[in-house]
Amino acid sequence: MTQSEIEAIIERYGRKDSAILSILQDIQTKERYLPRDTLEYVGEKLHIPLNKIYRIATFYRALSLMPRGRHEVCVCMGTACHVRGAQRVLDQITLELGARPGETTKDLNFTLETVNCLGVCAAGPVVAIDGQYFGKMSPGKVEGTLKRFQSDRKKEGTNVKT
Amino acid sequence: MIPFTIDGQPVEGREGGNVLEVALDAGIEIPHLCYHESVKPYGACRLCLVEVAKNGRPRMTTSCTYPVLEGIEVSTRSDRILRARRMIIELILAMCPADKLIQEMAREMGAEQVRFKKEDKDCILCGLCARICDEVVGAHAIQFASRGDRREMIPPFGGEAMNCIACGACVVACPVDVIKMKEEGDQRTIIRWKRTLPMKKCKICGNSFAPWFQLEKFREKAKLPKDFYEVCYTCRT
Amino acid sequence: MSRLSSPQELEKFRNDILSARDPNQTLITVCGGTGCHASGCHAVVDALKKVIQEKAEGNGVDLRVTGCHGFCERGPLVVLHPRKILYQRVKPDDALTIFEETVVNGRIVENLLYDHLATGKRIVTEEDVPFYQKQKRIIFGNNGNIDPTRIEDYLAVGGYRALGKALFSMKPEEIIQEVKKANLRGRGGGGFPAGVKWEQCRNASGKIKYVICNADEGDPGAYMDRSLLEGNPHSVLEGMIIGAYAIGAHEGYVFVRHEYPLAVVNIGIAIEQAREWGLLGKDILGSGFEFDVQISRGGGAFVAGESTALMATIEGNVGEPRAKHIHTVISGLWDRPTNLNNVETWANVPVIIEQGADWYTQIGTEGSKGTKIFSLVGKVNNTGLVEVPMGITLREIVYDIGGGIPGGKKFKAVQTGGPSGGCIPESLLDLPVDFDRLTEVGSMMGSGGMIVMDESTCMVDVAKYFMNFLKDESCGKCTSCREGTKRMHEILTEITEGRGTIDHLSLLEDLGWVTAEASMCALGGTAPNPVLSTLQYFRDEYEEHIINKRCPAKVCRALLRYRVISEVCKRCGACAKVCPSEAISGKRKTKKEEGTPFKIDARKCIRCGMCFEACKFEAVEIQ
Repeated sequence: MTQSEIEAIIERYGRKDSAILSILQDIQTKERYLPRDTLEYVGEKLHIPLNKIYRIATFYRALSLMPRGRHEVCVCMGTACHVRGAQRVLDQITLELGARPGETTKDLNFTLETVNCLGVCAAGPVVAIDGQYFGKMSPGKVEGTLKRFQSDRKKEGTNVKT
Repeated sequence: MIPFTIDGQPVEGREGGNVLEVALDAGIEIPHLCYHESVKPYGACRLCLVEVAKNGRPRMTTSCTYPVLEGIEVSTRSDRILRARRMIIELILAMCPADKLIQEMAREMGAEQVRFKKEDKDCILCGLCARICDEVVGAHAIQFASRGDRREMIPPFGGEAMNCIACGACVVACPVDVIKMKEEGDQRTIIRWKRTLPMKKCKICGNSFAPWFQLEKFREKAKLPKDFYEVCYTCRT
Repeated sequence: MSRLSSPQELEKFRNDILSARDPNQTLITVCGGTGCHASGCHAVVDALKKVIQEKAEGNGVDLRVTGCHGFCERGPLVVLHPRKILYQRVKPDDALTIFEETVVNGRIVENLLYDHLATGKRIVTEEDVPFYQKQKRIIFGNNGNIDPTRIEDYLAVGGYRALGKALFSMKPEEIIQEVKKANLRGRGGGGFPAGVKWEQCRNASGKIKYVICNADEGDPGAYMDRSLLEGNPHSVLEGMIIGAYAIGAHEGYVFVRHEYPLAVVNIGIAIEQAREWGLLGKDILGSGFEFDVQISRGGGAFVAGESTALMATIEGNVGEPRAKHIHTVISGLWDRPTNLNNVETWANVPVIIEQGADWYTQIGTEGSKGTKIFSLVGKVNNTGLVEVPMGITLREIVYDIGGGIPGGKKFKAVQTGGPSGGCIPESLLDLPVDFDRLTEVGSMMGSGGMIVMDESTCMVDVAKYFMNFLKDESCGKCTSCREGTKRMHEILTEITEGRGTIDHLSLLEDLGWVTAEASMCALGGTAPNPVLSTLQYFRDEYEEHIINKRCPAKVCRALLRYRVISEVCKRCGACAKVCPSEAISGKRKTKKEEGTPFKIDARKCIRCGMCFEACKFEAVEIQ
């Protein structure tokens, strides 16, 4: 991301240091993570010391300091999904991908995350890949579902339109 | 001055003060780890628990964060408080079993037996180092990172604390003495933050007396003349 | 578009909208809630649009994508007005059939109707469906009638009339009295009387005050606030404007959690539209009152839903709570008087102002007035969002509305209050839903998550699940909370992996006590509830794990053994094919040879359950 792009984001929030979380989230949406020099630059521009920025960047789960994969596999671990067997689904995905929650596969294709509730409880257990929801998941369905994202192609379908 | 009582004893506190500082002034012992008079109270360690009754029902709260209010009745050694403090020091000991101060406090509170799997951490996560660095020194070199059971005190991105001026305030402030400092030749190292800085030599006696970086910062902040720190404190007086 | 500068102009605008609408014209509404998104409602909407365009050339038939209807189990949901015919589990291919049969010929498509599980009867209209019958949808009901991105729809159902009344016929003190009289208690979990809070905030000294809408909804399994904010954002806004007027605040924030992007979009659209029409900003409806709202987003931290932590996040700090010896209504956001309320609480305000506290207090119990929206999820047939009057029993919710447990399994417990709550066993099913009653039995109302559990749910595993959540989400400041949740989770892991001892139970109780007593905020303060309530009602399950190393619900993997029943095994080899650790061996039956029954090597088995799923002959058993 160029410095002027970062400047634009900071401007959008009126250069207020209280908007630091939103600014970092917007940068993350574009860059897929928060590189160190970007954080240093933002800190400089907003007069926020780096120790505070780093603290904020590591406190909130929405922010990531490590590069993310091309596809984000998000397993819902809400209570409703849990009682319907979400842990087994997560274990199977971990096995298939060779990556644990929070990690990215070596080929940088997938990042595995868990989330504490997607709010789609009726379809639990739910896995969201790139914002696309896959309901009523079971360990047996994992391989087939992941295969659809093996290459770089983004699947069309029921994406959450934002 | 605002009057109230601690364990039935009448005491007085200043407006805006906290119960712990009044108790310590009055010679009443309340164990504490994360409290220091030079920084704002934080309430992390939870050892300074007391029961405060304001119009009736007593509530368990940390005395360092509880404000001085007229007429409150503070109790510092009820059975509930002692039980709570005992468990808290046990939990800290389970986290940092090798810390001498924690071992001693645990002995005093009757919590020597640790019923949990011992870890091998040394930092008790009181936050004093960062609070002093932020609030008093103004270097902003270190802070808490992550949260929950992964919370830790590190410089940004781990590694070397690039904003540290090696003043040594955190070394002094750490209650369990796990931030070590060493001086070799004309270099001072704050070991925990992997920060080594060259010291300034006094023009007169030739001793290295404080890191360059730190002196420059102070000089800028206090708007002192350029050559103010060419001479060390001893030689100046 | 011009700003409305009086209640009279508002009413005229409303009448213009209504008179332009023909109530007898066919209107097809499709639920656009997130649950239905996941079931593919967009494809259904596109298909219907296409059919209407082609067959009716866009005339005489309206299509509206609405907010969440609540009956998430049966989505995508389509309701045809004016007859209010409800079609459920609609697929894109059904679009043509719906149009030709129902819209053109007035005939009902039987197989799309809701089929009552008990009687098998097909039910035609929404209000006759048992799921809806015992509900009282005074807050949520409008979701199904409005497109949340169109303020005209909200006005058509009477929206902003309460605001007009509040600004022009009532004084701020009167509004507060009305809300106090209605005994509106916080719907976010605290249950604190909103009117009392408003009064304290109004009386606090300081010219600048704030109102905040807490849409952080962090309890896993709870999504009521999401559906309200996505489905009827104006109802929440209207409540906030009325509250701000009563308190004397001119700035407000809607704090939406990071995981709800659609809610952020829809409340954003609502705010823009309200501003355009003079319902937000300077001189609202010509009253002279000025108030505006900003959206603030969360960063993915459950603890940031705590009011002081939320305010810290808005201020640009980490979401760590602070001690509340001085309440936030006196000193909150930027040390100024701040009134924070939950989404559902705000949505109750216009209803109370318009209908009056006397009407409102007729609903509910002595201590808990009005309704509550619950997310009824888990092992229940009719998963969805339900709005019920306070005082209804848990049994009615789970069985009459929820339709009971799927697969004929036995009810075990219902968990309320999220990670701060507890599990309520069958013996207490006739408990009326009420703030105080739920707290008495060791649980709490919480934000409204209601998770049903059956015989195949392990209660020790549930406690471990919640402890895992809490130790991750704790900000970590207080020793008692950080170490307490961590060690409770550690002990529960030992128990579920077969290394539990009987001493662990008293240790859990000790840890639970100190975590609750010594921690600063409500996360730590209520953290032990899931453990303590399951220990209270399901101690025998804990003991079974510890003494006999058995998990009766067959959930705790370390205590399970997967075994092939050799007499039943058809020797197809399907199990061996899917086994990730090559633990299954045997000879497949072919044309030439009989083969041998397959066997699972317990030492290699990782108990993933793939073989159990793969076997079509039920020859794999779990012990």
